[in-house]
Amino acid sequence: MSPSESSRVKTMSPLQTIAPPVTVFVVLTLLAEGVVRLGGVPPWLLPAPTQVFAAMWQQRESLLQALGSTALAAGLGFFMATLLGVSLAIALASSRLVQRAFYPYAVFFQTVPIVAIAPLLVIWCGYDIRATIAAALVVSIFPVIANTLTGLRSTDPALVDLFRLYGAGPWATLWKLRLPAALPSLFTGLRVASGLAVIGAIVGEIFIAGGLGARMKEAQTWGRTDVVFAAILLASLLGLVMFAMVNLAAALTLRNWHASEQG
Amino acid sequence: MPSAPALDKASAPATAVALALRGIGRTFPTGVVAVEDFDLDVPAGQFLALLGPSGCGKSTLLRLIAGLDVPDAGRFDPPPPTTGLAYVFQDAHLLPWRTVLGNVALPLELAGVTDEQRQQRARDAIAQVGLTDALDRYPAQLSGGMRMRASLARALVTEPKLLLLDEPFAALDEITRQQLDEQLRRLWHQRAMTVIFVTHSIGEAAFLAQRAIVLSPRPARIVLDHEVALPDQRSMELRSSPAFAAQTGVLFAALQRGSQ
Repeated sequence: MSPSESSRVKTMSPLQTIAPPVTVFVVLTLLAEGVVRLGGVPPWLLPAPTQVFAAMWQQRESLLQALGSTALAAGLGFFMATLLGVSLAIALASSRLVQRAFYPYAVFFQTVPIVAIAPLLVIWCGYDIRATIAAALVVSIFPVIANTLTGLRSTDPALVDLFRLYGAGPWATLWKLRLPAALPSLFTGLRVASGLAVIGAIVGEIFIAGGLGARMKEAQTWGRTDVVFAAILLASLLGLVMFAMVNLAAALTLRNWHASEQG
Repeated sequence: MPSAPALDKASAPATAVALALRGIGRTFPTGVVAVEDFDLDVPAGQFLALLGPSGCGKSTLLRLIAGLDVPDAGRFDPPPPTTGLAYVFQDAHLLPWRTVLGNVALPLELAGVTDEQRQQRARDAIAQVGLTDALDRYPAQLSGGMRMRASLARALVTEPKLLLLDEPFAALDEITRQQLDEQLRRLWHQRAMTVIFVTHSIGEAAFLAQRAIVLSPRPARIVLDHEVALPDQRSMELRSSPAFAAQTGVLFAALQRGSQ
């Protein structure tokens, strides 16, 4: 009975984690630089990476301000999608009837294009960050609901029996069994939602106001393709950071027990 | 019936529970008749093995006794206890986010036992199954045998009067399985509890039980109600003795008869 085999956890140094994607980034950047310079592509069509970085540096103040505003909208939208999504999933999982009655309306959030409801969000929230937060929330809530619900619905039936045998009520069963058991699924939903929240915030900003989205639209009308690219780059970085934060939270929460977090 | 366990002779009849099944039947919504008109008396403190082929309805019987399923015919007289009952599943089914200690303390936690008390009682139960070294480990860090020991400790921590086990060691290797069989037998000796052990292993039924009931394929019917004629103190060596072979021979013949 040697537990050492089952407890073996492969750990990677930060360098091993970061080196491959950074290498890909550097190689692709150099390649783009070469193609644009040697091919004589005009900057308004496709700026060289160095031009994009230059534009980013030149407009650093306004871009950073825009990034902050987008990060706030995406972050708050994501946070609210998490709270609301998990609560709704718990409500939906409470009975088959409730699920059958309300789940189709949850799917609504998945199918409705954000572009179509942006005008409504403006009517309700005004031309300000609240509308952008709402856009991020609407776009990112469905994967949270769907994945949490799947997790809540797939609790080990033997453990449900065990809780019943020991006289656990519905609340104890929810807090001590079903919700913790749903955590891996919940985090899967949050990973998807973290990226969607950034998309929702940017699309919202393009239609509403402020942030990287508005900056992209402005730069486009001025023909500053390099600034558009700089904003896209920052938006991608924001998405990456949010994704990494969800991954970190998942790793810390599940480090002891879930196979997907080991090795 | 072989003499009551030495350690708790006086308290055994007082705390262990007796069971009586009268004409119990269970038909699933799919139309499958799992159990039909089943009668069984289990005296308090007995170690009973239910031996039968896979899918014969023995697990259904156990679930009915545990109250996890409701019979649609017959009755229990007296009804099985709703407290003081513990159940061990075929796999360990531990909570992966809790340590061994946290898992074993769970039944006490759900029963509202104070933190200090449940720590102590959980530690005692863990010591009894020989898992003290692994107290703070998570299930993912344990071998299959250790997980089953933790599962057993979780069942014992409530000091059950009735212990139900549904092929608990079936997934383990033979050596680990025999070790756990011996340990379970010892634990039963130390405590006042009625044990019903469901298995499809003839050797396991003969080694563990005072009384073995051989069941036919579905719907479960009693082919043989056999008092195991082996000494009360049983060690690993017993398995290679002629007396043990004679017992398994009787059970094997009954299993064959039942399957015809």
